[in-house]
Amino acid sequence: MSNATLQSTARPKLIRPGRNKNFSADRRPGFLTYGILLAFLIGSTYPLWYSFVIGSSTGAVFSSAWPPLLPGGQFWTNVAEVFDSVDFWATLGNSLIVSSVITFSVVTFSTLAGYAFAKLRFRGRQGLLVFVIATLAVPTQLGIIPMFMMMKELGWTGSLGAIMIPTLVTAFGVFFMRQYLVDNIPDELIEAARVDGASMIGTFWHVGVPAARPAMAILSLFTFMTAWTDYLWPMLVAPQTPTLQVALSQLQSARYVDYTIVMTGALMATIPLLLLFIVAGKQLVSGIMAGAVKG
Amino acid sequence: MSTTTPMPRPKLRAEKPSTPTPERLQEAKAERKMRRRHLRGRLDFKYSPYLYISPFFILFALVGLFPLIYTFVVSINDWDLLSGAGDWVGLKNYQAELASPLFWNSLFNTFSIFLLSAIPQLVIATFIAAMLDQNIRAKTFWRMSVLVPYVVTPVAVTLIFSTAFDEKYGLINNLLGALNLDTIAWKTDVFPSHMAIATMVNWRWTGYNALILLAAMQAVPRELHESAAIDGAGAIRRFFSITLPSIRPTMIFVIITATIGGLQIFTEPKLFNPSSSVPGGPDRQYQTTVLYLWDLAFNRGDFGRASAVAWMLFLIIIVIGVINFLISGTIASSSDKRRPRRIPGRKAKRIKSHPTGSLRESANDE
Repeated sequence: MSNATLQSTARPKLIRPGRNKNFSADRRPGFLTYGILLAFLIGSTYPLWYSFVIGSSTGAVFSSAWPPLLPGGQFWTNVAEVFDSVDFWATLGNSLIVSSVITFSVVTFSTLAGYAFAKLRFRGRQGLLVFVIATLAVPTQLGIIPMFMMMKELGWTGSLGAIMIPTLVTAFGVFFMRQYLVDNIPDELIEAARVDGASMIGTFWHVGVPAARPAMAILSLFTFMTAWTDYLWPMLVAPQTPTLQVALSQLQSARYVDYTIVMTGALMATIPLLLLFIVAGKQLVSGIMAGAVKG
Repeated sequence: MSTTTPMPRPKLRAEKPSTPTPERLQEAKAERKMRRRHLRGRLDFKYSPYLYISPFFILFALVGLFPLIYTFVVSINDWDLLSGAGDWVGLKNYQAELASPLFWNSLFNTFSIFLLSAIPQLVIATFIAAMLDQNIRAKTFWRMSVLVPYVVTPVAVTLIFSTAFDEKYGLINNLLGALNLDTIAWKTDVFPSHMAIATMVNWRWTGYNALILLAAMQAVPRELHESAAIDGAGAIRRFFSITLPSIRPTMIFVIITATIGGLQIFTEPKLFNPSSSVPGGPDRQYQTTVLYLWDLAFNRGDFGRASAVAWMLFLIIIVIGVINFLISGTIASSSDKRRPRRIPGRKAKRIKSHPTGSLRESANDE
């Protein structure tokens, strides 16, 4: 007993009665946590704000020693200049077309194949699935030389189609849909549909697709983002019909770089994805937390 | 009525005479229709799966597999951008690249930038994930807020940061000047340029990785934390003794994806310094391997050697993938999911019934 008393005086904090009550799932953290998160938030958003500050100023802003905090009044002038130097709407249109087609194709084919791998029995299924998983590690980026030769041979260079072709399917998409569907459609449901006389495609359409919808939404989001942000391949194969990223990079390639214009352009190119983020940010977060995008 | 009718209807058969009547003809028609439907159903059942997976495999063979294999073919030839296929040279391109200081320089730069980005990124991401793992107010808001940089495209990120890192007028050097410190040659010196590029990568990806790690942390059973807290372990102790070991598989996953991404870094070094005519800095201070490969192929037109570089990079990625597989395999073998398959019979049963056998969440295996 005296031993216990001794201990409690030596380390009162550790065995203070009711200490465990302090730890519970709904205990709120202190201000330090919020302070750290706020600092991280500022760090995450300041570069964007900085691009707005520079993009709305004249070049004079560069002479200020301290980080500029307030935007100037030049934003619309600079926007107009961006419109003068690149055909913003055309490149935006190109990006939209490319990203939408890629997204549609990847999601459609991934859902079909993912559903087959998850729920249908057929010869060679296991082997083919292993093949899909193995190809996850293959970076398509490294095949750019033959791909470029192929496009040139076919005379497709410079077209939007050439930009899309390399990413019309992804092994990741198939794997992702398979993983989702394997747990989210009960086998009985498919059997019931078959017994009721539904064809295979009918079963897929009436049972598979509704069940796959949440995963399809997440896959669409990530595929769209990946396609939208791609730079290497569009720059290489179709500089004549630039996507937004390619046009943006061209803003900077002039001999004399006007950073205020470059910053305005960077901001303008970011706005579409920021809008998407505002609309679908929650899904994006849950997608990442579900391990949605692995490379 | 024929005996092969799949679904005999005895009542009708008994009533009908065996002479062909309009009803009988109709019935035979219906029967044929049914049989056809049955056959179609069987074919449907047997071949539909292949129909569903074939678009993926056909397209993938065309745009994924063929280019990779063909890259190898190109790499063993003396291949020029303009004149096309030349002589078969065997592994000469590989030898040339292995002897080329530019190739090694590009590998050094790639790994240097990768390490400078991966390490701080992982440390900060883990820390932020631990902050988010508490019962904070406005969870969704904070989770979304760490993801803002992720929606800024790499091209825009590079433009923004290359402005900030400008040697004469950039934000960072201005700030250093205001603090009476020496300014840094971000675009000319090797190490500072690697730092600057790593900063771009870190800025875009830290929040993203924090969310992946957060998911793993949330899969750690709360009871573990609670019992440790009762035993007197403070928050820091719990973090190092419970949280970190539990998220190890996810950590390895994050490291591997970061490695594969890091080895392919292109946009950031390409656009970092527009005034440099050589891609990757006037003295190739930050010319990464993919940038070198691009330069070799499309500026110098040497497809053969560029393809050799592509294949060597591919092999490096495979090696790292295999290491990943081995490490995560070792770690995952403690999960109960795979154990029974490897250890047959009674021993497996014993392990399965062991209380610690199911400790690790399978959600962490990814």
